[in-house]
Amino acid sequence: MTTIETHATSAAPASAGLSSVAEWITTTDHKRLGRLYLGASALSLVGSLVVAALLAFERVDTATTFLNIGSITQLFSVYRFGLTYMVMLPVVIGVALVVVPLQLGSRSLAFPRLAAAGFWTWLIGAIASVVAIVANGGPNGGNPRFVDLFTLAAALALAGLVLTLVSLATSILTTRTPGMNMKRVPVFSWSVLVMALTSVLALPIVIGLLVLVYVAHKYPSLSELSGNHAVDTWVSFGFTHPTTILFTIPVFGFLAEVVATASKRRLRPRGPVLAASALVGVALLATAIQTPVIIRAGFRSLSGGDKISDLAPYAVVHVLPLLGAFLAVALVLPFVGRAKPSAPLLLGVLAALLGLAGVAASALQHIGDAALIGTTFEEGTWLLLVSSVVVFAMGAVVYWAPKWSGRSLPAVPAMGLGFLTFVGGLLAGVPMLIAGFADQPGAVFPAVEPGVEGVIKFSYSGPSGLWNVLTGVGLSLMLVTTLAFVALTLRAAAKGERAGDDPWDGQTLEWATPSPAPSDNFAALHVITSAEPLLDLKPATTSERSDA
Amino acid sequence: MHALPPAPAPAPRRQMLVGTALAAGAAATLVGGLLAIYTKFRHEALAAADGRWIPKGISVPLVPANVLLIALIPICLFSQWAVYSAKRDDKQHTGLALGLVALMGVAFINAQAFIWVTMKLPVDQGTYSYLFYTLTGVVTALAVIGVLFSAATAFRYLGGRTTDREAVSAHALYWYAFSAVFSVLWFVVYVTK
Repeated sequence: MTTIETHATSAAPASAGLSSVAEWITTTDHKRLGRLYLGASALSLVGSLVVAALLAFERVDTATTFLNIGSITQLFSVYRFGLTYMVMLPVVIGVALVVVPLQLGSRSLAFPRLAAAGFWTWLIGAIASVVAIVANGGPNGGNPRFVDLFTLAAALALAGLVLTLVSLATSILTTRTPGMNMKRVPVFSWSVLVMALTSVLALPIVIGLLVLVYVAHKYPSLSELSGNHAVDTWVSFGFTHPTTILFTIPVFGFLAEVVATASKRRLRPRGPVLAASALVGVALLATAIQTPVIIRAGFRSLSGGDKISDLAPYAVVHVLPLLGAFLAVALVLPFVGRAKPSAPLLLGVLAALLGLAGVAASALQHIGDAALIGTTFEEGTWLLLVSSVVVFAMGAVVYWAPKWSGRSLPAVPAMGLGFLTFVGGLLAGVPMLIAGFADQPGAVFPAVEPGVEGVIKFSYSGPSGLWNVLTGVGLSLMLVTTLAFVALTLRAAAKGERAGDDPWDGQTLEWATPSPAPSDNFAALHVITSAEPLLDLKPATTSERSDA
Repeated sequence: MHALPPAPAPAPRRQMLVGTALAAGAAATLVGGLLAIYTKFRHEALAAADGRWIPKGISVPLVPANVLLIALIPICLFSQWAVYSAKRDDKQHTGLALGLVALMGVAFINAQAFIWVTMKLPVDQGTYSYLFYTLTGVVTALAVIGVLFSAATAFRYLGGRTTDREAVSAHALYWYAFSAVFSVLWFVVYVTK
């Protein structure tokens, strides 16, 4: 292949000491901002998994407790808030911030200062939320001042995420390189756009209700909105699925991206793959409705008109996202057979399978006849979605690490750790699904009655021991693999093998710039004429020729 | 590296306008979500035995509420005037129009504060007061953001960035979206109550 000099000005020399810290604090470079999000999310993931594993083992024997009975509610709040808004969404945003401008052939984000402000707002809000929860605040907390602090801090954290998402969505809509119309946007960037647009519309609803609950809690009266349970009652829809399904949309985009690269083929049909990702975004409607959409128990005995009025909202809110997730996986699966095995490919497939399982479980949970509402089935579904995002993040780091560190992660350990995380995710989620069928009670933010020994909300007659042990083991495994993966990433960034500019033989524009990408990404903007600009320049493979 | 043809500098793609549209969408769902909760509680309260929604002794002043709505008409007109003048490089009229938008925005905030003072509704009076203050508070916060947007746009424009017409258009878009959102709130909270 011919080459031209496309090096942008080389990155500024690294500063040392305080000036380096100041550079990171004031940075508006999208790659640095993304790494800040990823670093903070990795720390949150470790902390949240420790809490999650403790809580799983706590539920093994509901007659006794090894955790402080008064702190269990707080731990559940840390677990929920932590994994949803300090891990799931920030991880996806972190990867997107690093990658999307490079894929678009853009030199920077749109509104980079807004994105930076969003990161710091989120970080301050998230830290304040955790502090409030630890100090007996948070949902169902006992200290009114810290309950107030939690509601405001959580709203602040979510507002920060919205700011960054606005920057990301605007970047995709406005900073594409010449020739890149919306049909030619890389699939991953497209999925980020769908996630960003839907989240920008969904999260303000949660923020509004957090503010409402704050006002009601600050000035208490005899109202359903006052009291320590208000966050649980009125805002919990924002901490669970289908809202959390929105944050997994880029998982499916990543799968399509790595499958196309590994198979060295153009993704065809491309339009339906993009449409499938967008269809998952219909889950936004569930947040807009603010209440679970359930097919009533006794659906079969309903008359025709009642059946339609019951089925239509369910089909829109739950079946369409499931159909989208299914198609997003099914349409790219034929490519997997022809693809060269690689760590990103394996992790992309595993992450998408977990995501698909989570979306399917979410649809199943809302069938009234299954009687799964209020059981641990909800937690199991949520854990599958969280695991999906964690495995995706590992795959994304393996795939795109050369662009931010200039070095590659060793493939075999990365694959092994990713696979073990997948196993951990399955072990964490599936037993909770089974326990849900056995009616083990669950809740988004479970209450513990004062003065009562044991975690009463989780006491039931089924075989709690087995399922909770398995979940605890799964979460512990995820904790260990996460720590090992973080260590592997840091080691590779310092001493890993130097990566070429295009180590995966990629198709999209991020592989047209040096590794690591310079501060302004591209020396010259490129004109593209297809969705796979780099494939246009490479000699056609045998299969490509046969396709043609 | 790969041989891709270099491109000329791309034409501007209305970044400010798109960003503002997204922010306006977020503001719409923020208020919309709260209005949904408001109507749910109102429906339940009116269906209850005593059928009372607004606390006893509290009346919602419709005249200043109507003034709020009417104030949005000149705000929209002046915003469009600013766009019109900016397109014709008329610095004087653009500055005047933006200043008037900011002034009307401040008047809007003042009228909202007047409603709060005259209603004398304590915050801790139950569900209605929580929702009333949260909704009107959120909309007032959006109005404050709008006034700051007007001021920033005026400073940018009068400071010499007269070719930056997109910011003036984005500013107008924000106020249009605000007017649409407030019109719904006005109907639900002040008219049908």
